[in-house]
Amino acid sequence: MAINPDYIGKTYPPSAPYEVSRVKLAEFADAIGDRSPLYRDRAAAQAAGYLDVIAPPTFPIVISMAASAQAIVDPGLNLNYAMVVHGEQRFSYSRPLMAGDVVTAQVTISDIRTVGRNAMMTTTTEISTVDGEHVCTAFGTLVERAGAG
Amino acid sequence: MSDQVTYAGVEAGAELAPVTYQVTRLDLVKYCGASGDFNVIHWNERIAKSVGLPDVIAHGMFTMAQAGRFVTDWAGPAAQVTEFGVRFSSPVVVPDDDVGGAIEVSGQVEEKLDGNRIALALTARSAGIKVLTRARAVVRLP
Repeated sequence: MAINPDYIGKTYPPSAPYEVSRVKLAEFADAIGDRSPLYRDRAAAQAAGYLDVIAPPTFPIVISMAASAQAIVDPGLNLNYAMVVHGEQRFSYSRPLMAGDVVTAQVTISDIRTVGRNAMMTTTTEISTVDGEHVCTAFGTLVERAGAG
Repeated sequence: MSDQVTYAGVEAGAELAPVTYQVTRLDLVKYCGASGDFNVIHWNERIAKSVGLPDVIAHGMFTMAQAGRFVTDWAGPAAQVTEFGVRFSSPVVVPDDDVGGAIEVSGQVEEKLDGNRIALALTARSAGIKVLTRARAVVRLP
């Protein structure tokens, strides 16, 4: 019933291109309660040196998580999503995501291990523009908690 | 948004004033929709309790986003986050009332790095328990 360790090192195909939109960035900023104009006002973003509105630092999770769905639903991986909590998350940025970016995300399962009664899986997701410019790498660890029974 | 922090104006060891962020069930519903993470433990008390959680819990990424706000609000609009990482050490429990949970974020300038970058060590607590550990952001300042 544990996560299948044979999947360590597996790289999934890049996700379909994702277009970062101003409306989505403003929606995400609203949902996290962040009122910064950099996320919704083009003039304010340009005054700070950007071409268009930018994304909050945690926004890339939207793209990396959607790409990770390929792994999560992979039946051979045997991950019980109802028992999953987020263990760790880290981002390394070349620059902020920006409205107008068209990016793909490529997920690699970098580690699967057992810690006590829990199983943990770490993924590394490279987010790059369709022109090949690196924007962000997301490192996420999911914990599958052991069941009560 | 705060005033702009500059590299020259920052001292290693400086404390950042703590900020408390409230989180209600409505916030989690909005975050589900905006993020696409509809895991039932973030909105369904019945299922959350059936899988051994005390109640509905906030998305870890919602909590991390509050720590992100803390950093970018402090650093100012010309700052750029280059690294940001956390470990989710305990869940933020969000009861079904009009108050919800609270996330208190604090931070300290851990060190000044090359390239006009600084490292911030962050702490987040909810109900007195650390909900983020090993939380760290690297920010490039003007």
